[in-house]
Amino acid sequence: MNVPTMAEMTAQGKQPDVLFWVGCAGSFDDRAKKITKAFVKILNKANVNFAVLGAEESCTGDPAKRAGNEFLFQMQAMANIEVLNAYDIKKIVTACPHGFNTIKNEYPELGGKYEVLHHTEFLKSLLDEGKITIEGGKYKGKRITFHDPCYLGRGNDVYEAPRLLIEKLEAELVEMKHCKTNGLCCGAGGAQMFKDAEKGNKEIYLERTEEALETKSSIIATGCPFCNTMITDGIKATNQEENVQVLDIAELIANAEDL
Amino acid sequence: MNYIDNIAFAILLIIGIGFFVKNSKKIIRNIKLGKNIDRSDLPKERFKNMLKIAFGQSKMVKRPIAGILHIIVYAGFIIINIEVLEIIIDGLFGTHRVFSVLGGFYSFLIGSFEILAILVLVSVIIFWIRRMVLQIPRFWNKEMKGWPKNDALNILYFEMVLMSLFLLMNATDNHFQNLNIGNPISHYIAILFQESSFTVVNIIERTAWWLHIVGILIFLNYLYYSKHLHILLAFPNTYFANLKLKGQLSNLEAVTNEVKLMMDPSADPYAAPDENAAPPEKFGASDVADLNWVQLMNAYTCTECGRCTAVCPANITGKELSPRAIMMKTRDRLEEVGANIDKNGKFVDDGKQLLNDYISPEELWACTTCNACVEACPVNIDPLSIIIDLRRYLVMEQSAAPQQLNSMMTNIENNGAPWQYNQMDRLNWKDE
Repeated sequence: MNVPTMAEMTAQGKQPDVLFWVGCAGSFDDRAKKITKAFVKILNKANVNFAVLGAEESCTGDPAKRAGNEFLFQMQAMANIEVLNAYDIKKIVTACPHGFNTIKNEYPELGGKYEVLHHTEFLKSLLDEGKITIEGGKYKGKRITFHDPCYLGRGNDVYEAPRLLIEKLEAELVEMKHCKTNGLCCGAGGAQMFKDAEKGNKEIYLERTEEALETKSSIIATGCPFCNTMITDGIKATNQEENVQVLDIAELIANAEDL
Repeated sequence: MNYIDNIAFAILLIIGIGFFVKNSKKIIRNIKLGKNIDRSDLPKERFKNMLKIAFGQSKMVKRPIAGILHIIVYAGFIIINIEVLEIIIDGLFGTHRVFSVLGGFYSFLIGSFEILAILVLVSVIIFWIRRMVLQIPRFWNKEMKGWPKNDALNILYFEMVLMSLFLLMNATDNHFQNLNIGNPISHYIAILFQESSFTVVNIIERTAWWLHIVGILIFLNYLYYSKHLHILLAFPNTYFANLKLKGQLSNLEAVTNEVKLMMDPSADPYAAPDENAAPPEKFGASDVADLNWVQLMNAYTCTECGRCTAVCPANITGKELSPRAIMMKTRDRLEEVGANIDKNGKFVDDGKQLLNDYISPEELWACTTCNACVEACPVNIDPLSIIIDLRRYLVMEQSAAPQQLNSMMTNIENNGAPWQYNQMDRLNWKDE
């Protein structure tokens, strides 16, 4: 797999067009790593001149900030900005809406100004530029529902790019009762991913998974590694593993193309 | 001519408006207890937001039934106020229906008011039914017991009475009924009084007229104590609301300065602190004065409709958190602080604060920061910003994060990821 790092590229005197910010989940979580690889396959197929930071990448600070630890957030942010600016990065793509939101919206005030895209926006731009073609392939006619990650949808008003990609797969896009601006959280945001839920009568991921199951879709698509984890847990808890898959948009496209 | 009526009216008006002005000043003072935040940028965009969201009610109609009924009541409230202007002139100068010199146009106006009044009456009755008979869940959450519930009902009763008095006043106005134009609703009511003597009808008319204006003045002064303040504050609240993308949280400037100093290789770690420097700012918020004035205005603007709570993933799944309760508790505490200042001349420590005494950490830690509450609010209130500021205090001033979050943060500090993985292994996936 061709995954150049910034250090390698700089040593060769090259500069990538776009930096792929892999993120912590994308680097370490077994499920999310598959999403990372799927996205890289598409980047390679489309001959995108990209690089990753590799060991020079560090947490964006999102979970710390949302947990209230502004100190830790800003330490992470400033360290990352120092690295990004040293490499003269102009454009960043990431497969995680949390990193996307943080780098896009919260880094500029701290000195990190970049063009930041979520991978669904980036994939849509590749499609628009004709660098990739998406054809139905194995998902043609399948019922797919899309779960809006909060930090992609409500947080940054990106609703159409992921839906357009699903429609390009010639799949049948079915909306859940709560979608787009009215989407229901998977339960992971605001650092909840890293703690047990507070006392209540139900897990949020279960509530959301049940809504997704009501659409009778065979695939629940999403664009966030944390949403993916939560809804996968929901699918396990409802014993639907045989019938329903939880897939990232990047995986859908890579699989459809048999990459 | 008898001037007693006019004098009584003028005194009533002065008292009514005087009290309202006095209490409004208190509200403004309380809001100004908040920290400064600059919202003077982008005036055009802000004005547009206010026109669209507060004046145009664009977010109300996301729930169509409540939205349309609300627009009727709101339009009725604004338009029928033209009639109040006439009542004030009549009351002060002893005239009777002074605007009737407008002739046909006056009949058109009053006719429209009557139709609006009956529509408002019907809408308010439907609101009551939704609340009390259908018992729509968001009106029955646990924070809606006691005063909040009674407050909501008082408002509905007030409006029912005021609209009825308006129609009754028109119905018993013999002169107006004899013109038989501009009375599309009241002439049906007038039938009831056909048998009554002129004197009795006249007394009813005067009574309805006086009660109507007294009712309006009472209602005006009721606002101060009520969630109904939104009819005024919705406008500044939407004007000064956050315009940035919802995902973006503010960066604490005080922290930026500290972090920059820490990361500055030329900073002298042994330098004596500047003696004239202000004491370090408190990180985050533990009481209302640590919040900014927009957040405090939000609290006064909240009309407790519960749309936020109805979409909150934590609340839906039975957690303690309710974004509406966050706003209500903030207002309760702010009013308590305000009363403390009224009594003592300045705030005297009462051993209480917003955090713990009003809002519990359990509520705060249930939030997923999903922004559903912010999106749902018809007047752009931002409960999430308060939750985050309180979390900041818990974590940065008290180190009181839940244990699992402390582990997550330790991991980020040690190895740059929320889990315990070596930063050097970040690219291992490539070869797996």
